[in-house]
Amino acid sequence: MSQLLEVNSLYVHHGQLCAIDDVSFTLPEGEILAIVGANGAGKSTLLRTIAGLHRQTSGSIVLGGDDIGKLTPNRRVRRGISLVPEGRRLFASMTLEENLLVGASHANEGPFNVKRIYELFDWMPARRKQSVWQLSGGEQQAVAIGRALVANPRILLLDELSLGLAPIVIERIYALIPEIVASGVSILIVEQDVAQGVAVADRVHCLLEGKTSLVGIPSELTAQQIDRAYFGADLTPTTTGAAAS
Amino acid sequence: MIWLNILIQGTLIGGFYALFACGLSLMFGVLKVINLAHGDMAVVAGYVAVFLTPHLHIPEIWSFLVVVPIFGLIGYIVQRTLIQKSIDRDPFTTLLVTFGLSVVIENLLLEVYSANGQTVNIGAIGYESWHPGSIFYISYVSLGVLGTAVLVLLILQMFLSRTNTGRLIRAVADDREAAQMSGANYRHIFGIAAAIAFATVALAGIAYGMMTQFAPTSGGVNLLFAFEAVVIGGIGSLWGTLIGGVALGIAQQFGAHFNVGYQILAGNVLFLIVLAIRPQGLFGRKTALS
Amino acid sequence: MTVSNSANELVSLDVRRSNHSEWFTSSGALALIIFLSVAPWIVPAEFAATLMNFYILVIMATMWNLLAGYAGMVSIGQQAFVGLGAYATLYFALKGVNPFVTIPLAAVVCGLLAVPITYLLLRLRGGYFAIATWVVADTALLVIGTIALLGGGTGRSVPGLQNLTPTQTAHYSYLAAWAVALIVVAGTYFLLRSRLGLVLASIRDNEVAARSAGVNVRAARRTIFIVAAAGCGAAGAVLAISQPFIQPSSVFSLQWAAEMLFVSMIGGLGTIEGPIIGAIIFFALQQFLQQDGVWYLIIFGTLAVVIALWQPRGIWGTFRDRFHVDLLPVGYHVRRRSNIVEEVPVVEE
Repeated sequence: MSQLLEVNSLYVHHGQLCAIDDVSFTLPEGEILAIVGANGAGKSTLLRTIAGLHRQTSGSIVLGGDDIGKLTPNRRVRRGISLVPEGRRLFASMTLEENLLVGASHANEGPFNVKRIYELFDWMPARRKQSVWQLSGGEQQAVAIGRALVANPRILLLDELSLGLAPIVIERIYALIPEIVASGVSILIVEQDVAQGVAVADRVHCLLEGKTSLVGIPSELTAQQIDRAYFGADLTPTTTGAAAS
Repeated sequence: MIWLNILIQGTLIGGFYALFACGLSLMFGVLKVINLAHGDMAVVAGYVAVFLTPHLHIPEIWSFLVVVPIFGLIGYIVQRTLIQKSIDRDPFTTLLVTFGLSVVIENLLLEVYSANGQTVNIGAIGYESWHPGSIFYISYVSLGVLGTAVLVLLILQMFLSRTNTGRLIRAVADDREAAQMSGANYRHIFGIAAAIAFATVALAGIAYGMMTQFAPTSGGVNLLFAFEAVVIGGIGSLWGTLIGGVALGIAQQFGAHFNVGYQILAGNVLFLIVLAIRPQGLFGRKTALS
Repeated sequence: MTVSNSANELVSLDVRRSNHSEWFTSSGALALIIFLSVAPWIVPAEFAATLMNFYILVIMATMWNLLAGYAGMVSIGQQAFVGLGAYATLYFALKGVNPFVTIPLAAVVCGLLAVPITYLLLRLRGGYFAIATWVVADTALLVIGTIALLGGGTGRSVPGLQNLTPTQTAHYSYLAAWAVALIVVAGTYFLLRSRLGLVLASIRDNEVAARSAGVNVRAARRTIFIVAAAGCGAAGAVLAISQPFIQPSSVFSLQWAAEMLFVSMIGGLGTIEGPIIGAIIFFALQQFLQQDGVWYLIIFGTLAVVIALWQPRGIWGTFRDRFHVDLLPVGYHVRRRSNIVEEVPVVEE
């Protein structure tokens, strides 16, 4: 299986703070990789760096053999990277349909268009003229996913899909993921909700304070292993001491 | 009848303020930049119309057909260079740079063209007016400018809501980062917004030259009025800008009715009252302030 | 004082404001102050008059720098207080007060007038604040122009100076301008070394963090706005005394705002020395190009734009960064007490 995305010894700094500290991973075509970790572990920073919203200090981001680490975010969209940002970030002054049309404005060739999104979310056509702020949180999340999908990405980056949503809504959104993968999109998913991320993913990558703390296949990992990697309970206290100095 | 005349004259001049202000409003809405050289661009457009059109062998009344596209281009270039560079530093720098440009442009105009007033010569129609009921007069030029303002706002409104580029401009205004994540090159979109702003203010500058005399210092005064119109109407609302312009025009005419010296003062007072009571403006959203 | 470092050992640190140049600076400054205090009796009258205008600009630019460079408020309406200060002097002089005594009165009047204005303006940020200050200045100009006692739109001259000889007037005006400039620059220096200076530094570094640490950002900004208004008022008062005639359109001119801004930008925003150095360059350029109309302003403005874009720390800021010289330090330097290994500026002034 060919590697679609390769991230090699990536370092990202926020000012003097090292947010991503030597992280490497690969995402094969057609797979789902879940990046889990506690608040502040650097998950969102990692996704935003891949999307081009942060610049890495060093390391490379390779998509389909090309280094895309120096491209602007909009050029990365044209290369096939779409981000569903944390907090949804819809265009607040616009209708549902206009949000999708903006997403389609720089679309690549592919199976998705606004019509296809309306099939995927069958409640949308009836409400397409509504302002997005009239939609519920779950509906807004669906629009955000639709807006990213309609650009026909090769990789969909999903940042904290479950944040602030009711469990039933989260379940419904996660139910769509296999269908999205089936249409040829690979997925990189960031979740604070470990169970959710692990359930859907082919592989799991756990971050702790910007460093890789665990990598594996969900079926081969025990809950205890994941908990340790998530909270860092098995790490020696000296690590936290050094971080404070 | 006197009061009706105040309303009519105020509305006419208010149309001009709205035409002058819509670019300012658009640029603030999209780029979050207040271009303090906005008024000076209008004056430069006036000078270009007066001194360029004789060479083109077209009547000065049609000069806008040439000058407006030129200013659109200038707007795009100035945005992609100077203004973008200052945005990349911080919002603070955009103010310093645009104010610096404003002073430089004004003094350059003084050096080159002196402080003498200029007008865009459109022939006899410039002095003619309509006298309904022979009680008040309505200048054809002012009426034409009001009509132009409404037309420009309508076109702008249609452009922003119906076209792909217009939607991208709104997307960038709403959330620059999210727009980038949809593939939009925000710098290019900024350039387009600036091009529209410069084109409309060039049109306003030529209109001003048809209505009255302008001089190098006219830019500052009109920027002040445009800004007052934007704030009174509500930040980020195009039609609010028209209402704001009309409200300002009426306030000024009302002041002038008592004493010519009170004309501008009355406008300023209305502005300060709106600022004190309803800082988001008549049609603005509160979020625009922070 | 002692602090523990990462390895948990105790290290003694020296915390002080200035570094090596302190002694050199203070003795040089004293000589300069004495010289400038007797300058009108030594240098040609024309040069003394230029120096006086230089002081007025230094006062204004220092106040503008306090507003923009330290408190982050870009005002293009400070000419409101220059004009109001000039007219306060005119008013008190008309009431029989000695014109030189009116200078502190004008400062107080402007400070008081600034109080209600802050309630209107400090709700606005960035560009909206900037243009709103301009509207305030324009309004002040128009209101003053309607007051017949103060000469209306045509203006009038300040009474009470006629019983002095022209030389006396020139000498006294010079000393007044010099004294006000000295007080304003020294006052700004001590203000920035006070608790308020620390508060401003914290706001500038991170406003949200400062707010959450309990800093009252708006109160700090309000204080600075009032101080800057008073300072510009004093400059306006000196201006009124130094000119034979005051007129609304000249004392409320937008050109004052332009000069304040350019001088601070070029010299170095957020440094006390910056406005002084900027003003020296401004006057040098003006003298050099005085035959060529307003070209000095065009060149100076272009220079300010170029500096804002490519060298935002200005001439002094860049110089200081390169040579680590601080003539009027308001921050602190921390060094190890034993053998000096490194120097850590705790509060970058």
